[in-house]
Amino acid sequence: MDAKPWLSRERAELMTEFYRHSRETSAPVRRALAFEYLMENKTIYIGDGELIVGERGPAPKGTPTYPELCCHSLQDLQILNDRKKTSFAVDDQTRRAYEDRIVPFWQGRSIRDILFAEMSGEWKKAYEAGVYTEFMEQRAPGHTVADDKIYRKGFLDFKADIERSLQSLDYHNDPEAYDKQKELEAMSICCDAIIRFAERHAEKARELAEHEADPQRKKELERIAEVCSHVPAHAPRDFWEALQAYWFVHLGVITELNTWDSFCPGHLDHHLYPFYKKGLEDGSLTREQAEELLQCLWVKFNNQPAPPKVGVTAEESATYTDFANINLGGLRSDGSDGVNEASYLLLDVIDEIRLTQPSSNIQLSRKSPDRFLKRACEIIRKGWGQPSIFNADLVVEELVRQGKSIEDARSGGTSGCVETGCFGKEAYILTGYMNLPKILEVTVNNGIDPRTGKKIGLETGDPTQFTSFEELFDAFTRQLKHFVDIKTKGNNVIERLFATHMPVPFLSILIDDCIKSGKDYNDGGPRYNTTYIMGVGIGTLTDSLAAVKYHVFDEKSLTMEQLLVALRHNFQGHERIRQMLWNKTPKYGNDDEYADSLLRASSDAFDQTVSGRMNTKGGFYAVNYLSTTCHIYFGSVLGATPDGRRAQEPVSEGVSPVQGADRHGPTAVMKSVAKMDQVRTGGTLLNQKFSPSLLEGEEGIDNLAHLVRSYFKLDGHHIQLNVVTAETLRSAQANPEKYRDLIVRVAGYSDYFCDLGKVLQDEIIARTEHKSF
Amino acid sequence: MKVCPNHAIVLVDDDPMVLDDECQLSGECVRICQSGAREIAGKRITVVDLVQEIEKDTIFYDESGGGVTFSGGEPFMQPIYLQTLLRICNERRIHTAVETCGYVDSTMLLSTTPYVGLYLYDLKVIDDEKHQSLTGISNKRILENLRKLSSCHDHITIRFPVIPGVNDNERDVSQIGEFVSSMEKVEGIDILPYHKLGIEKYKRLGKSYRMAEMRPPTSEQITGIAERLRSFGLGVKIGG
Repeated sequence: MDAKPWLSRERAELMTEFYRHSRETSAPVRRALAFEYLMENKTIYIGDGELIVGERGPAPKGTPTYPELCCHSLQDLQILNDRKKTSFAVDDQTRRAYEDRIVPFWQGRSIRDILFAEMSGEWKKAYEAGVYTEFMEQRAPGHTVADDKIYRKGFLDFKADIERSLQSLDYHNDPEAYDKQKELEAMSICCDAIIRFAERHAEKARELAEHEADPQRKKELERIAEVCSHVPAHAPRDFWEALQAYWFVHLGVITELNTWDSFCPGHLDHHLYPFYKKGLEDGSLTREQAEELLQCLWVKFNNQPAPPKVGVTAEESATYTDFANINLGGLRSDGSDGVNEASYLLLDVIDEIRLTQPSSNIQLSRKSPDRFLKRACEIIRKGWGQPSIFNADLVVEELVRQGKSIEDARSGGTSGCVETGCFGKEAYILTGYMNLPKILEVTVNNGIDPRTGKKIGLETGDPTQFTSFEELFDAFTRQLKHFVDIKTKGNNVIERLFATHMPVPFLSILIDDCIKSGKDYNDGGPRYNTTYIMGVGIGTLTDSLAAVKYHVFDEKSLTMEQLLVALRHNFQGHERIRQMLWNKTPKYGNDDEYADSLLRASSDAFDQTVSGRMNTKGGFYAVNYLSTTCHIYFGSVLGATPDGRRAQEPVSEGVSPVQGADRHGPTAVMKSVAKMDQVRTGGTLLNQKFSPSLLEGEEGIDNLAHLVRSYFKLDGHHIQLNVVTAETLRSAQANPEKYRDLIVRVAGYSDYFCDLGKVLQDEIIARTEHKSF
Repeated sequence: MKVCPNHAIVLVDDDPMVLDDECQLSGECVRICQSGAREIAGKRITVVDLVQEIEKDTIFYDESGGGVTFSGGEPFMQPIYLQTLLRICNERRIHTAVETCGYVDSTMLLSTTPYVGLYLYDLKVIDDEKHQSLTGISNKRILENLRKLSSCHDHITIRFPVIPGVNDNERDVSQIGEFVSSMEKVEGIDILPYHKLGIEKYKRLGKSYRMAEMRPPTSEQITGIAERLRSFGLGVKIGG
């Protein structure tokens, strides 16, 4: 587990080989045959002592690349090897393979190259200025989660479903019948491919068993062979098979393409419970065995670092984590409480094993027992950032508001960081982060990006001529719409690129209603198709608007002109003004209506501008608020802001107040954040930090539980807690070698503090540490 | 310094210092300092505004069964204000707690009983002579008030501040135990071990903290005291 991630050239080589020789003209069938080629030829690895088997690469931490999406240049490889954070070792053979075979074939051909070529000049200017990011420039759309179908059916059953769908195609009346035929054929090929992949593991296990001296290990290997022969061709029969079935499916998804947030098992406690119960009842499974198997599965997740990112993608998501996120608790589709004994089993495993991947969360509903919440609080108190807590009832409301059926909504949950979706039935694609404070900056510079002097936005008016705050806010909303228009136009092109050139027939098998409709996951096949734009820095935006409203228009402490001059100079020579803006202004996060009303106005504006727009797949746009590590990147391209923030410092993260602006304790923060109409989002991210002393004893657990329930009563979507002292973090920063195991919560995931860049470390330290309730 | 209308700020070794006699709390220096380095501790607020502030957190009280605690200094130094506040909170179903040292007017104290959910009552030392030498006043009224209070109110918790070398010995602790257990309705005792966090306040007020040398009691000492008090049949909590 301490192994450093390294770049594996195997997948890139196999993919290149395949494409060189393939004559297949249909895009989905070609991708399916490529998938088959990979599954037939990639190295099969079974490690010592492993019970659950299968790797994305040829060995643990061996990370494949996806040149058909993004072909790394030789320079990129050097950077990946040399950079201090999230590096990947690149050996000479790999370098040569890239130089001789991979780059020559894929340069100009990868989706990334095509994507950038197709984007408009306007789009590129805004992208380069850091107004937004583009999620699909290095990875594929994923953003989806498994439901229970793989526990009820095997891939032979899916093949039968596909066959039925093929039989029902109407070539006379459906102009798309032929396209659907190709897609369904592709899915069928993928079914066989994944079965073959599992069989190869069975073969390997049998081979190892033959030569195994240790009788216990020999038995295990024989069992592994049995399991891998049965799943995923057939539905799993027991707990072990259920875990292995999921793991093969997971590997299938992340081998086919480099999808965002890899893949997730969703409500793993709901899915495993019947197997767990049966195993305990018939004596074939003990709790200890179940724990051991789960720990094996956890280690599997942990050994699959996210494939290397470069450039902006690296900055917006600077982590090895591939965002697999496990939901516990929640509701069953009939509305009853979803907490069961497997939920507690999984919490115990999470408590013990303490890995950064996978992420875990509890879905807390009105119906969830306090015992469940408090058990989670005990683990949270230990301070390594898991699990996070979601408001299951609000998640259902969010989905139903978006037009989903109540059963689908209840079977849904959250994934990635905080994103809401219907598991097994929805493609909820995140398309990029939007730099909200930057848009304000462009507004007050009348369309110019002051960092470069280039005109990148609308001329919304000379702000020194505005006579009211409303005029400024109006200019901002127009500027916002301008950039959202550019972004969505780009998105709609990118959607078509993936639909036509990079379908995902394997993933499509797993998500309803792709088989029924004969359409690909990337082409509107799922029952629901939602597109997200993520707002970043709303805290900084709110405080900036508040500062302008308060000082320029209400108190008239300074003119717009004076403010702009101070910002232009990054407050050099204007320290008094900066102090005034930072200290003597109403701030978001303090349950102060003056500032909070601007939070409401900004979030309403973002929602109104984005939501309801159509995507190209028969679905709609929506917003959510998370930043991963993008608040650092967005801050770095942003000048000084009216809230007193200096140029290039990070902006606020998630929906949290600006770091250090909340001075009235966590109850005030929660009340402020709750003033956003969160049901109209697809997720919000609230980070709060407590020192351990605040949460001591049973009383500490009770207090934490009450706090969470209160925030959810206010319709908060999510909360996650860092429980460390600033002193600990400073020590860790100074002596990383002594704190290798220090895990903190970053955004929708935990990470090793010492793997984080210094700016992110500083920022986590600065996040307000509350010393009293 | 320039803005102070009472010329109450002088420079001492480059540090601004406030002349207490001259300062009239005009607030001008606070207003003018942009970095927020100056602060007037405390402010005037009407009962109505204060209740509004309290009610901002109603949703949290409803969930946790908590409420508002009135403390100080000594809240009964503003007896009418306090009583009005308690009555209104009670009307609005906000649970109230009041901290008091007990050295207050009897009638005033007892008039609050219909509106108070919990009294947090300080007891330092039972021996009256010792009490006088330590605090300058007799504890007769304090003890009498406590007796009267406990006969007509069900929820009282005693706060026992433990100062090493002062009231942490067997005799003083036992006397506390005896006295408290003689009142039926008292719920229990919170032991408050001495700590030095107050030193910051003194610094900020420009006063010298004369107990800088004193160390907090050890956890063994506190455990011993807790045991002793429990032997009187009392519920004991450490901290509070």
